[in-house]
Amino acid sequence: MAKNKLRVLPGFGLSLGYTVFYLSLIVLIPLLAVFLKAATLSWHDFWHIVTDPRVVASYKITVGAALSAAAANAIFGLIVAWVLVRYSFPGRKIIDGLIDLPFALPTAVAGIALTAVYSKKGALSGVDHLWTTSLVYLESKFSFLHVISVIGRKITYDRPGIFIALIFIGLPFVVRTLQPIIRECEPELEEIAATLGASRLQTLRRVVLPELLPALITGFALAFARALGEYGSVIFIAGNKPMYSEITSLLIVTKLEQYDYQGATAIAAVMLVISFILLLIINLLQKWSQRYRKS
Amino acid sequence: MESALPEIMKHYFKIADIRAKTRQQASDPVWLRVLLTGIGLLFLTCFLILPIYSLFEEALRKGVATYYQALVDPDALSAIKLTLLTALIVVPCNFIFGLSAAWVLTKYEFRGKSILITLIDLPFAVSPVIAGLIYVLVFGMQGWLGVYIASSHPLFPAIQSWIIAHDIQIIFAKPGIILATIFVTFPMVARELIPLMQMQGTDQEHAAVMLGANGWQIFWRVTLPNIKWGLIYSLVLCNARAMGEFGAVSVVSGHIRGETNTAPLHIEILYNEYNFVGAFAVASLLALLAIVTLIIKSLVEWRLEHKKTL
Repeated sequence: MAKNKLRVLPGFGLSLGYTVFYLSLIVLIPLLAVFLKAATLSWHDFWHIVTDPRVVASYKITVGAALSAAAANAIFGLIVAWVLVRYSFPGRKIIDGLIDLPFALPTAVAGIALTAVYSKKGALSGVDHLWTTSLVYLESKFSFLHVISVIGRKITYDRPGIFIALIFIGLPFVVRTLQPIIRECEPELEEIAATLGASRLQTLRRVVLPELLPALITGFALAFARALGEYGSVIFIAGNKPMYSEITSLLIVTKLEQYDYQGATAIAAVMLVISFILLLIINLLQKWSQRYRKS
Repeated sequence: MESALPEIMKHYFKIADIRAKTRQQASDPVWLRVLLTGIGLLFLTCFLILPIYSLFEEALRKGVATYYQALVDPDALSAIKLTLLTALIVVPCNFIFGLSAAWVLTKYEFRGKSILITLIDLPFAVSPVIAGLIYVLVFGMQGWLGVYIASSHPLFPAIQSWIIAHDIQIIFAKPGIILATIFVTFPMVARELIPLMQMQGTDQEHAAVMLGANGWQIFWRVTLPNIKWGLIYSLVLCNARAMGEFGAVSVVSGHIRGETNTAPLHIEILYNEYNFVGAFAVASLLALLAIVTLIIKSLVEWRLEHKKTL
């Protein structure tokens, strides 16, 4: 009875019906197709496809690049969000508006733009040069640093290119998650810390950072989840060498182009399961973040 | 009284003094401000500002005439046309869904609400490549539709013969491109509207019911004016994403020049042919669209803040 009382507005049946119908038609049933198709494979075949060395190499590259890009975004995104909320300087509003650019800019456009900037003829070609020479120097001086050759010696058409593209893609997630939280931070808390004799850096580390931590982790997770599935921007800058700089999304496309639907579907099923688990974790993180702020 | 007043004032000044001091202590020292602002701006320059700048620089490298020529190339024009057509269909579809979903999720209480919200967000969690793949599995010749067409005892023979007679093709054709684009922009309008409508509550709508308004009247006269600005922004953003989608469309398009090539796919083709001016020229159009989208977003935000203070 209480429930009916809440539904005084008309249109419940119509709007719920249409929402569920459209959702099932466009999203749920087609997604189900992946799992139904993957289920036609025997367990042995499925396992064989998804643990193929080339596929496993692509998981490692994708997850490694996504994790490092999300970490870089967490650090620099925190600084950017802090600067944009707490400090004032000319052009702040414009820069704040630009943060959403990766949401609005097509990924293919981002891909060729980043390649143009960091390639040999680009505005930041110096970064590429500096990167190569410093890596070579470090490796010649300290032999144990040979492990860092995993990272890749160039920026474009190499592994660092993937990292750069994924930083671009994930940047707004961290900044936009943090900004409202920094705005809500009560300056009184920081003032109390200051009157109790804490230095500013102590206050930042002990008072401000813990308050921002849940949002920072949420932003990191969002950027990571987005980076895992990214395709458009990465393929232009990565060089796409199999076993070296080939991401999992590209491998799915390659298999599709060879009409290997089963192979593509099996890998897609693995990626989907990972995405769903991440979505669940992000939902829990957001709930935790809200509760944390209230207490 | 007269002797007490200066004493109080003195206390007042002292408190104000202490307060100012703590304020200063509780704000970042100048060196930290300069350092953090410098790092932040350098980071944004490397990852946002220079890429956008170089896009236009590359597009105009060989002059305005070449730039213009690259845009009026027949293949480029047909790609732009298909992109516009796609957005023209996708945006209204997601607009209607977004309104319906936001309405049901914010105006009523029912079981399974949070599950529904999560399901609506699903397309954002899915890789665009997989978004294309799922439609290949459903509508491709190797997929469900292919099996249906090939079966000798189909469920509805009339539909099967209709599909065969009209040579309906979805994958590697325009319908597939449109479907994949709907998928990737699916939650966009709903996601923007839900928090907005939640904030506004249902009081005004309930008042309208009591005054005897019917459902459509409530929607057009009460709800819509309240969410107008958020709705405009969500449509503009949905449009930008629909026009710019690459991964999902790439999987279902088949890359037939002049037929199933959208603007982002055309960029890839030109780029791989080393026609950099052409690729960057088409890219600069999409970048302009993104910048206009951001400007509209800023205007809407300014407008919403303005409304709050009124």
